[in-house]
Amino acid sequence: MIVAGCDVGSLTAKAVIMNDSKILATSVIRARSRPEESAKEVMGMALKEAGLSMDTIEYSVGTGYGRKKIPFADDIVSEIVCHGKGAKWLLPSIKTIIDIGGQDAKVIKVDENGNVIRYMYNDKCASGTGRFLEVMADALEIKLEDMGAVSLRSNTPVSISNQCTVFAETEVISLVNDGKKISDIVSGLHRAMAHRVVSLAKGIEVEADVTMSGGVAKNIGMYTAFEDALGIKMKKMKFDPQINGALGAALFAQEGH
Amino acid sequence: MIVAGCDIGSLTAKAVIMNDNKILATSVIRARSRPENSAKEVIGIALKEAGLSMDTIEYSVGTGYGRKKVSFVNNVLSEIACHGKGAQWLMPTIRTVIDIGGQDCKVMKLDRNGKIVKFVTNDKCAAGTGRFLEVMAKMLGIKVEELGELSVRAERTLTLASACTVWAQAEVVHNLNEGKSIEELGAAVNQAMANRVVLLINSIGVERDISMTGGVAKNTGVVKSLEELLGMKMKRTKMDPQIVGALGAAIFAKEKLEGRQ
Repeated sequence: MIVAGCDVGSLTAKAVIMNDSKILATSVIRARSRPEESAKEVMGMALKEAGLSMDTIEYSVGTGYGRKKIPFADDIVSEIVCHGKGAKWLLPSIKTIIDIGGQDAKVIKVDENGNVIRYMYNDKCASGTGRFLEVMADALEIKLEDMGAVSLRSNTPVSISNQCTVFAETEVISLVNDGKKISDIVSGLHRAMAHRVVSLAKGIEVEADVTMSGGVAKNIGMYTAFEDALGIKMKKMKFDPQINGALGAALFAQEGH
Repeated sequence: MIVAGCDIGSLTAKAVIMNDNKILATSVIRARSRPENSAKEVIGIALKEAGLSMDTIEYSVGTGYGRKKVSFVNNVLSEIACHGKGAQWLMPTIRTVIDIGGQDCKVMKLDRNGKIVKFVTNDKCAAGTGRFLEVMAKMLGIKVEELGELSVRAERTLTLASACTVWAQAEVVHNLNEGKSIEELGAAVNQAMANRVVLLINSIGVERDISMTGGVAKNTGVVKSLEELLGMKMKRTKMDPQIVGALGAAIFAKEKLEGRQ
């Protein structure tokens, strides 16, 4: 049975095609200005990779910020539920998922069946979302994708005193002017980011095993930062953490069909 | 009896020189990278305006973010105390002062003697501070001083959905691309600013009379939006609202010499 999941986020769009329990293809693209275009393009790429055409998809589920604009989806499911589903399928021991996207952060707790029990969601404040790191990468004139590797070179992370993205950006510029090492600043920023997300999740008991999904989960430095903030060893997905939501959607498509 | 007050803020530095109850000179400059340099420069300008030299100042008080770095002052006091003092001296009926600076916002409640009874401050989040307006003015390609009047000139109203400076910035870019006018967006920015500040004001409650101090008090759009949200008029003086902290510091200096403090 061939099914698909499509996750149209604010900054990227993701698609997963599955045949029973096997992942046939995945794709990630930078989002277009219109969610329907992002959906068509990302799905087209996954289909091409799988060597399939759209009419072979028996059922598909859409999720993410732009889920209501996906023309081909048979059903839509919230991204929180999809992230829970995908993570549980990839890592059966998982109890807490920290999903950080380009413009939001979620902490999701799931039961043994992958059903969401509790969650916290922030999209009101840029601090603690992917945008925080984007702004800081720009200020430091490094690539967002390089932040993880750069942070690994740090021995003495700088303590960042501002939580607000705007104020922290100014702080980072003055730290650079003060001659602090870029690696120490980046490592400090990862820690600040982890503490922000953990404090937003106050009221939700973060339970092991914990994993990360979303684009920020590609940043290797964030795992150490969360381990530091939570005092819990983090589990890493063996799969691209950015496609977890689309994977969850594909798993719902299997069930929904 | 000649006294001085010097207020070193994050973005500007201010000085006031008084002789008894008369203001002799005031000055405002953009802050330098080092607070000590800002302090020397701003007091130098005020002294020149008053036609005085430093050694004629009998007592001086420093305040503001950089107050501990002002070398020539005899004492330092918090800017909250100084803003309360200055506002109450200018307008004796004032009971609530809203002071919005370059990177913070404070709401103070005073008793009839200008003493602080209660205050609340936000310096954690750029929204609701002068920085929000600075960022937005930059996005709109105008000077921050030009933002206020846009509220009057705007023909249509538009609402920004985000409170966060970073998200609001993206919203402004999106709206500019959609062809919205600078006037409409400027008005929306001033309204968003007022919406944010009113949350802080309501957290301690407002008591009449009310007035604004700090640089943002010069933004007529924000002031008007705040008046609408609060359902009351702000008291205004002829004095530059930006120098109220330095004025309060000078009054404390005067009271010190008079033996009242």
